[in-house]
Amino acid sequence: MSDSKYQTIYFKNKPKIIGFYSIVGPKEGKGSLKEYFDYIMKDDLFGEKTYEKAERKMVEQAVMGAVYNANITPKELQLFLSGDLLNQIVTSSFAARSFDVPYVGLFGACSTMAESLAVGASLVNAGYFNNVACSTASHFSTAERQFRYPLELGNQRPPTSQWTVTGAGCCILSNKGDGPVITSATFGKVTDFGINDVNNMGSVMAPGAASTLIAHFNDTNTTPDDYDLIVTGDLGKLGSEILIDLMEDHGFKMGVNYNDCGQIIYNGKQSVLMGGSGCGCSATVLNSYILKKIKNGEYKKVLFVATGALLSATSTQQGDTIPGIAHAVVIESQENFDNSKKNVKSKKRSKK
Amino acid sequence: MTEIERNERYNKYVEAKIAKTHAWPSLFNAFWIGGFICVLGQIFNDLLLIWFPTMATQSAWTFTLIFLIFLASFLTGLGVFDKIAVYAGAGTIVPITGFSNSIASPAMEFKNEGIVFGMCAKMFVIAGPVIVFGTVASMIVGLIYLFL
Amino acid sequence: MLPWYEYLIVFCVGGLICMIGQILIISTKITTARILVLFEMIGVFLAAIDIYEPISAFAKAGINVPIVGFGASLAKGAINAVKAQGLLGVFTGGMASVAGGLAAAIGFGFLFGSLFKAKTKKF
Repeated sequence: MSDSKYQTIYFKNKPKIIGFYSIVGPKEGKGSLKEYFDYIMKDDLFGEKTYEKAERKMVEQAVMGAVYNANITPKELQLFLSGDLLNQIVTSSFAARSFDVPYVGLFGACSTMAESLAVGASLVNAGYFNNVACSTASHFSTAERQFRYPLELGNQRPPTSQWTVTGAGCCILSNKGDGPVITSATFGKVTDFGINDVNNMGSVMAPGAASTLIAHFNDTNTTPDDYDLIVTGDLGKLGSEILIDLMEDHGFKMGVNYNDCGQIIYNGKQSVLMGGSGCGCSATVLNSYILKKIKNGEYKKVLFVATGALLSATSTQQGDTIPGIAHAVVIESQENFDNSKKNVKSKKRSKK
Repeated sequence: MTEIERNERYNKYVEAKIAKTHAWPSLFNAFWIGGFICVLGQIFNDLLLIWFPTMATQSAWTFTLIFLIFLASFLTGLGVFDKIAVYAGAGTIVPITGFSNSIASPAMEFKNEGIVFGMCAKMFVIAGPVIVFGTVASMIVGLIYLFL
Repeated sequence: MLPWYEYLIVFCVGGLICMIGQILIISTKITTARILVLFEMIGVFLAAIDIYEPISAFAKAGINVPIVGFGASLAKGAINAVKAQGLLGVFTGGMASVAGGLAAAIGFGFLFGSLFKAKTKKF
């Protein structure tokens, strides 16, 4: 990868997701993916005094659950990669206190799940670490008070706004064991198309997602049809529609295999306006629905694009426009990856 | 195409893309709930004057406002106010109830950060401008009348 | 008690003021704080040019209960105090006239803020 033109890196040594875990709040637990989640909290506070502490506890539980599902002991964990939405990513760092593991904090706003997977897969692929935990979390009530208004304030949410998902997800990456394989990752560029409406995140992140997707398809010489599922993080209804339009402008047709985590996590009856958002949105959907479907063979090759809006409360008040970003990882089922390797080999043989 | 042109075009495109919601139901809700709160105030005011015939009109109005403010903060505390407000919109914001809610809600929200720097300091994040603007404007009006 | 049509007037005027607020929310994405300040300033202005009294006599709670009335009593208080006390009234008049409402909002806010905990929105 010496040519700086490319944004995509490939993992030859098969970093695998050997265990994963998702934990969600009560509202998400009533949504359309309810039977896929590992744990549904009965109440938003999760037995803690504040919502921030609850969010922390969610990360701890997600990591421990993933470690358990991966059939390893907590001592075998070698690195903890995590990020979240709160200032100074306190949720992740404070949760890391309870693990006796080196910790790297990441910030990519809602794109953190893909970012941590890409970084984690790189480290595992290079052989530096084994058993790397990649995690993110978000909580509706902590995000709301940090970025918007007090919870009890009587205001109407604008029709373009989204609902921050209460949830945490964690993947354990390793080059031993079995599980879905991360085969490549595309790091995204920061894009800013001049949107400054904090209640319209979908339109902020759609250009970021489009830029990453275009880079990915060009780098890997693939088209949207080559994937069983292309899933964006939290564009919501409006953002997905914009993404489809933007991709069409660049000659890529997003078909029925395209979906958005923000749109599938809630059911139509829940009043969430444009859909879900937040780190937890893509993290919980990936660590429940998508990975379970890859494991049972329903999906063979999934392009997971987590999208993020890189704003702070201060930048918005100063009238800055909001930059967006997206990172993509390709997750394949183990059989599919092995078969495609064989195919390449057989093609090479036939060429000879 | 420069970046500014691109951004302008994108902003226009997004603006057009946002599905226009029908405004009429929300206008109607704001109308009847806002009107209802005003009638509630009027009824309380009238009852007050019946029970205490000697009370000055101005004092009765102040009591009416205090009653509505109490009601709104109490409902905020119970977590009911925001449920009504999501339906009523400006119907609960524009009456004095909105002012009361905007003080009570951050007080509840930020008490985890402590009584002094949390609850008491953050109490005015939304209502602060109302008090500042009101005070300054009343001083300006006073000054004008002083020199008139 | 007032005759029924007086309540109808209160209902209609109060409702109309709130409806104007709702139109602003929908068309300009204006936030709660700005709405409150805007309507309060309208009240100050109406009282300053001395047309608030007749409107209030007609609409009663219809205009007194919306925050417009809060602004108007600030301005009225300042005007009356200036007339009675001169320069001192500039400083004391406005705040004195709304002291009841302000103290109630802060006091009840403190009370219920300490008693209750903010809950996650459910809708």
